[in-house]
Amino acid sequence: MILIWFILIPAAAGLLAWPVGRKSPLAARWLCLAAMVATLALGGWLWAATPDHDAAQGHWLAQFRAPWIPQWGAQINLRLDGLSLLLVLLTGLLGVMAVLCSWSEIHDRVGLFHLNLMWMLAGLMGVFLALDLFLFYFFFELMLVPLYFLIAIWGHEHRRYAAVKFFIFTQVSGLFMLAGILALYFIHGRQHGGDYTFDYVRLLGTSMSPTSAWLIMGTFFLAFAVKLPAVPVHTWLPDAHTEAPTAGSVILAGVLLKVGAYGLLRFLVPLFPAAARDFAPAAQVLGVAGILYGAIMAFAQRDLKRLVAYSSISHMGFVLLGVFSWNSLAMAGAMVVILAHGVSTGALFILAGQVQERTGTRDLDRLGGLWETAPRMGGVAMLFALASLGLPGLGNFIGEFLVLAGTFQASPVLTVVAAGGMVASAIYALWLVQRIFHGPNRESWRLGDLNAREGLMYAALVAAIVWIGLYPRAFLDTFKPAGQWLREMSGTGVGGSTGVPPVEVRSLLGTKPSVNTGETPVLPGNSEGRP
Amino acid sequence: MSWNWTMADAQALLPLMVVSAAAVVVLLVLACCRRAGVAGILPAGETPATRIGAVLTVIALAAALALLPVAGAAAPRSVTFLVIVDGYGLFFAGLLLSACIAVALLGHSYFRQETSAGGEFYVLLLLAAAGAMTLVFSRHFASFFLGLEILSVSLYALAAYNRASLAGLEAGVKYLVLAASSASFLLLGMAFVYAKTGTMDLGRLAQLLNAAPQPALVTVGLLLIMVGVGFKLALVPFHLWTADVYQGAPAAVTAFIATVSKGAMFALLMRYLVGVNFTLQYPLLAVLTAVAVGSMFVGNLLALRQENVKRLLAYSSIAQLGYLLVTLLAAGPGGRELAIRAAGGFLAAYFIATLGAFGVVSLLSSPQREAESFDDYRGLAWRHPVLAGVLAAMLLSLAGIPLTVGFIGKFYVLAAGVNANLAALVAAMVINSGIGLYYYLRLAIALFTPSRAEPPPRVAIHPAGAAVLAVLTVLLVAVGVYPQPLLRLLAAVVAL
Repeated sequence: MILIWFILIPAAAGLLAWPVGRKSPLAARWLCLAAMVATLALGGWLWAATPDHDAAQGHWLAQFRAPWIPQWGAQINLRLDGLSLLLVLLTGLLGVMAVLCSWSEIHDRVGLFHLNLMWMLAGLMGVFLALDLFLFYFFFELMLVPLYFLIAIWGHEHRRYAAVKFFIFTQVSGLFMLAGILALYFIHGRQHGGDYTFDYVRLLGTSMSPTSAWLIMGTFFLAFAVKLPAVPVHTWLPDAHTEAPTAGSVILAGVLLKVGAYGLLRFLVPLFPAAARDFAPAAQVLGVAGILYGAIMAFAQRDLKRLVAYSSISHMGFVLLGVFSWNSLAMAGAMVVILAHGVSTGALFILAGQVQERTGTRDLDRLGGLWETAPRMGGVAMLFALASLGLPGLGNFIGEFLVLAGTFQASPVLTVVAAGGMVASAIYALWLVQRIFHGPNRESWRLGDLNAREGLMYAALVAAIVWIGLYPRAFLDTFKPAGQWLREMSGTGVGGSTGVPPVEVRSLLGTKPSVNTGETPVLPGNSEGRP
Repeated sequence: MSWNWTMADAQALLPLMVVSAAAVVVLLVLACCRRAGVAGILPAGETPATRIGAVLTVIALAAALALLPVAGAAAPRSVTFLVIVDGYGLFFAGLLLSACIAVALLGHSYFRQETSAGGEFYVLLLLAAAGAMTLVFSRHFASFFLGLEILSVSLYALAAYNRASLAGLEAGVKYLVLAASSASFLLLGMAFVYAKTGTMDLGRLAQLLNAAPQPALVTVGLLLIMVGVGFKLALVPFHLWTADVYQGAPAAVTAFIATVSKGAMFALLMRYLVGVNFTLQYPLLAVLTAVAVGSMFVGNLLALRQENVKRLLAYSSIAQLGYLLVTLLAAGPGGRELAIRAAGGFLAAYFIATLGAFGVVSLLSSPQREAESFDDYRGLAWRHPVLAGVLAAMLLSLAGIPLTVGFIGKFYVLAAGVNANLAALVAAMVINSGIGLYYYLRLAIALFTPSRAEPPPRVAIHPAGAAVLAVLTVLLVAVGVYPQPLLRLLAAVVAL
C-alpha cells in the first residue's frame, strides 16, 4: 500500500498547485516542496526499515497490487526491490532540488509549471515501481508529456525545436517497445494456454525462437538506448538539456536518463537473456563509443549546459558498458554511476541555471572570473567538477571504477579504451571550472554569491556525493539482493552460465570479506567465455 | 421471399424508426414555427425555430439511444432481407447516436446568432443519422446503397449550410460532385458482383469470398465498391475532397463528417470483410494494405505544415482512418475477435477526440467567422483557459498519449496488428505516430504561446456546447484511466 503514495503524493500536489499557483505562487512552491520532502522521507523510511539484506528473505521489499484491466491481463502491480528503492530515493532527492531551483527562476504561470513538474516526477516514480509491462509503458509515456510542456513553455531560445525533437525521439522508440511488449505478451499467452498477462515476473523465462527474441529485444534496446542515451540515438539530448529550464534539466539528466539504465537492468537482460548475451559485445562497443564521443564533444562546446549534456552521454556510456558486462561487479558499478551521476550532474545543471539566472548567458566565452564575487559558488562547482572527472572519495569514482573492474574480466581491450574516457573527462571538467570561475573577468560580472536556499541545496547534494564516495556499501548492500535476483532470473544470461564464479563486490572494496554467500573473491584472468 | 412482420421485428427496428420519424416531425414543427415567425411575434436573437428544432432533435436522438437496449433484447435478428440488428450494429448505432447528439448541441451553439433558417440543420442531421444507422444495420446491397445515399444527400446540404460564404459553397459543390461520382462507381461494382455471383446479400458474399478465389469480374467489382467506400472514409487516394470540405463546412458539420459518416461506413465494411481469408483474395489484401499505409503517410505528411486548424484536423483524420484499417487487415481467422474489439475501441476513442477538437473549433466559430487559422488559437490559454485545456487534451488523445482514451485505442489497434503478425503495418503505424506527434504538439503548444497578431475577439461560450465538451473531456480521461467499462461493453456486444 505504501508504494502507491510515491505516485499519488506528487500527483496530488501537482493538481493542487495549479489552482493554488494562480492565487499565490509562493504557496504552490511550498506545497510542492512539502510533497517532495514527504516523498523522499517516505523513501528514506522504507530504506531504513529494510532489514539486513543478507538475511535470507525475498528480495522484494514492498508491493502493491490492484486490479485494473483484467480483460487485457494488466494490473496495477507495483513492487519495490533494492534497485527500485535507490532510484526512488534519487528521484525524491532531485525532485526536492528541482522545486528549490525553480524558486527564483520561474515566475510565469507558476502553478502550471509545478503541475507539470510534479506529474513528471509522479510518472518517474511509477516507471521505477511498475512491474506490469503495460503499466510500465503507461508511465514511461506519461512522464514525457509534462517534460515536453516544461521545455516548450518555460525553456530557452530554441525551446520548441528541442521539445518536439525530444518528444518524437522518445515516443517513436517507445512505441516500438510497445509493439515488442505486445509480441512478448502474445507469445507468452499462446505458450501458456491463453494466460495473457503483462506481469513481469510471469513473463520472465518465456521461451521464444532466437529470431523473435532478437527482434523483441531490439525494440526494447531502441527505447532504452534513446533514453540513456547511447550513441547514435543521443542527438535529442544536448538540445533538450540546453533549452530546458533548470528544473527540467535536473530531472532530465538526474532521473530520466536513468530510466534507460533501469530498463536495461530490469527488463532487457532478464527477459531476453540469450539474445542479450549475443548482443552484449555490440552494446559494449556502443557504450565505449558513447564514453569517448561524449567526452570529446564536451570539449568543443561553448554553451555551459551543452557541455554538461555531452558529459552525461559520456557517463551514461559507463552504465551501458556495465550493464552488458552483467557480473555483480559491473552491475554494482552501473548502479553507483546511476546514483552518483544523478547527483553530480543535477548539481552542475543547478549551477548552470544559477549562472544563467545571474548573468543571462551560458556562453563560456563570455563568462570568466566569477570566483572574485562568488567564491562559494565556485567552490561548489569545483567539487562537482572533480566528482564528474572521477576523483576518488566522490561517488562517480566508485561507480566508474567498479564498471571498469567488472568489464575487465570480459574485455580488457574495451576497458582500456573506456578508461581513456576518464582522462578526457578530467580535461573538460577542469576546463569548465577554469573558464567560468578563473581567468580574466572580461565582462566585469559582479554576482551575488549563494544565498541560504542555494547553500542548503548544495549542502544536501555534497553530502550525498561524499556519502556515495566514502561509504558506498550502504547503497551496494541495498542493491545486492536485487542484482543477484536479476542475474538468477537471466539464468544463462550475459555472464552467468559460463561457470565463472561471480565476483564479490565487498571483497574487492575490502570492506568485509564475504562469508555466507559462497562466492569466491576475484580471480585474475577470469574471462566470461562469451562467444 | 415471404416475410411476416412481428412485434420482435418492430422492437429491433425501434431506434431506427424513432430517428426517421423524428426527421418528419421536426420538419413539420419547423414549418409551423416558421409561419409564426413571419407574424413577427418573436424576440430577437435565438429564434424558436432553432431552439425547438434543437430540443426535439436531442430528445429524439436520446430516445433512440435509450431504446437500443430494448432493441438489443430482440437481437440478433434479421428484419427482412435488408436489415440485421445485432450487438455489433447496436454498438455502432449507439456510438453514432451519441455523436449525433453532440453534433446537434454543437450546431445549436454554432447557429446561435443566426436569425433565420436555423431549423433545417436539425432535419438534415436527423436524416443523415437515419442513413448512417441504416448503413450499420444493412445486410444487402440495396439497404447499403439506400443508407449511403440518405446520408450523402443530407450531407450535400449540410456541407454548404453557410450559403453566404464562398468556402461553404465550394465545400458543398465539391462534396456533391465527388460523392455522386463515387456512388456511381459503387453501383457499377455492385452490378459486376451481382452479375457474376448472383447475390446481393452481403453475408452470402462474405461466405463466397471466404471459400475460394473469385473470378476477375468479382474482384474488379469489389475494388470498385472500395472506391465508393474509400471516398466516404476519405482514404488515400480518394481523399482529395477532405480538406476543402472540412474547411468550408460549418465546424459542427465537419465534426459530423469526420465521425458519424466515417464510422457508419467503416462499421459496414468491417462487418463483411471481417474473417475474410485474405490469402484467397490477394488483390483485395494488396489494395487495402496500400490504402492503409498510404493514408497514414499522406495524411500525416500533408498535416505537417498546415496553418489551418480545420485542414490540419482533416489530414489527421485521414491518417487516423489509416490506423483503423489495420484492424480490418488484422481480422483474419485467428484474430477476428480482437480486431473487431480493437476497431470498436479505436473508433470510440477517435469519436471522442475528434468531436472534442471540432467542438472547440465550433465554439470559437460562428456562421460569420470560422476560427480556423493558427492565429485564432495562439494564446488561447489566456483568453479561454478551459477551452485551451480541452483542446490540448483532445490533441494528446489523437496523438495516443496515456491517460487519454486515445492511448487505449492506439494500444488496441497495435495489439490487433501484432497479434496478426502485421509487422510492416505496425511499423508504419509507429513511424506515423511520430510524424503525427509533430503537428498535434505544434497546435497544442501554440495554445500556450503568446499570440503575435491582434487577438481575435473573445466569443461567448454557449452552455450547450460547453456541456458537450465537459462530457467529452470527462469521458476522455475516465476511459483513458479506467477503460474497463468500455472493454466490457465491447466484449459483450461486439461479437459477430
